[in-house]
Amino acid sequence: MSWIENRLEDGLIITSLDWAINWGRSCSIWPMTFGLACCAIEMMAIGASRFDVDRFGAGAFRASPRQADLMIVAGTVNFKMASRVKRLYNQMPEPKYVMAMGACTVGGGPYYKNGYHVVKGVDLVVPVDIYVPGCPPRPETLLEGLMRLQDMIKHQTLARDRWVTAKDAALTPETAASN
Amino acid sequence: MTPEEITDILKKQFGAKIAGFKFETAHPRVEVEKSAWPEVARFLKSDPRLQLNFLRSIASLDLLEDEKFVAIYDLLSMRPPTKGGDAWTMENEFSVHVSTERSNPHIPTVAQVWPAADWHERETYDLMGITFDDHPDSVIDQDGTHPRRILCADDWVGHPLRKDYKFPMEYHGIPAVTEFDQTRPIH
Repeated sequence: MSWIENRLEDGLIITSLDWAINWGRSCSIWPMTFGLACCAIEMMAIGASRFDVDRFGAGAFRASPRQADLMIVAGTVNFKMASRVKRLYNQMPEPKYVMAMGACTVGGGPYYKNGYHVVKGVDLVVPVDIYVPGCPPRPETLLEGLMRLQDMIKHQTLARDRWVTAKDAALTPETAASN
Repeated sequence: MTPEEITDILKKQFGAKIAGFKFETAHPRVEVEKSAWPEVARFLKSDPRLQLNFLRSIASLDLLEDEKFVAIYDLLSMRPPTKGGDAWTMENEFSVHVSTERSNPHIPTVAQVWPAADWHERETYDLMGITFDDHPDSVIDQDGTHPRRILCADDWVGHPLRKDYKFPMEYHGIPAVTEFDQTRPIH
């Protein structure tokens, strides 16, 4: 689709093509299992049968970032872990989304005041699309977050694809080496 | 065996190297000179009356006013099942305090006596800063030869559980401040 991305004027809506692509993308978001701490248990709960996430098309949890669309950061991120989170985010192919699950990833959580080794919110490390609060969030809350993400994807358009515009900023060898 | 009996055995064997004892607390203990600690440890494990072969944990105290660090070794004796039931029994319980000065904390390692001490000493170095000499998993860097850190990142600066620890302002570009407009590190 690169021949059409960002080449049309603002305001031109490619309706049925966008609709079809967004429908396909939003109804098959494959998450990457990135359970770091207690929120991983609630993520496992949505993978199980009672709060089935497979009915949203998102039941195929991929272990490898190369095959995943959505990185659900479920659990506390330490400074030691932060470089690995960033590395895995860079390894995901676009279009990619990040969900910050639980209070620790949203803003440090219960470790905000005295956690010397806790990153106060994973959005200091990777760009986050959707925040799901809770400690831990109930499985229904996580599913609501997933549905809001689906709405967000349905409103995207190929004419202004944000990953292409992000790449236009020159990626010099120095910035590439720091990733 | 009561702590008093164990201390009597130790005093007969080592004499002056047992610096003190305190039995009236909830955690009865004996204080040992740190230079003699490895041979006292070997004796505690190998003596047939004591057989303290299970190191439950190593804790550490930061005594800021007395300018000391204390490493607390919590020892048990686990005997294999003799006859009848198939459960191990616990015979003796004991604890040892080894103190060192706060400005240059070094304690000889006992990882060759109790293998559990390997990771516990790494954690004590990481979070309190007590260096264990001749540790089997030592690294050499600008802080000298010390056990490898186990919990914090390998290039972490400082020892977080000390009483005078200052929280970092940032780590590798990720900000770690908690107050708006914070300009100084806080404790």
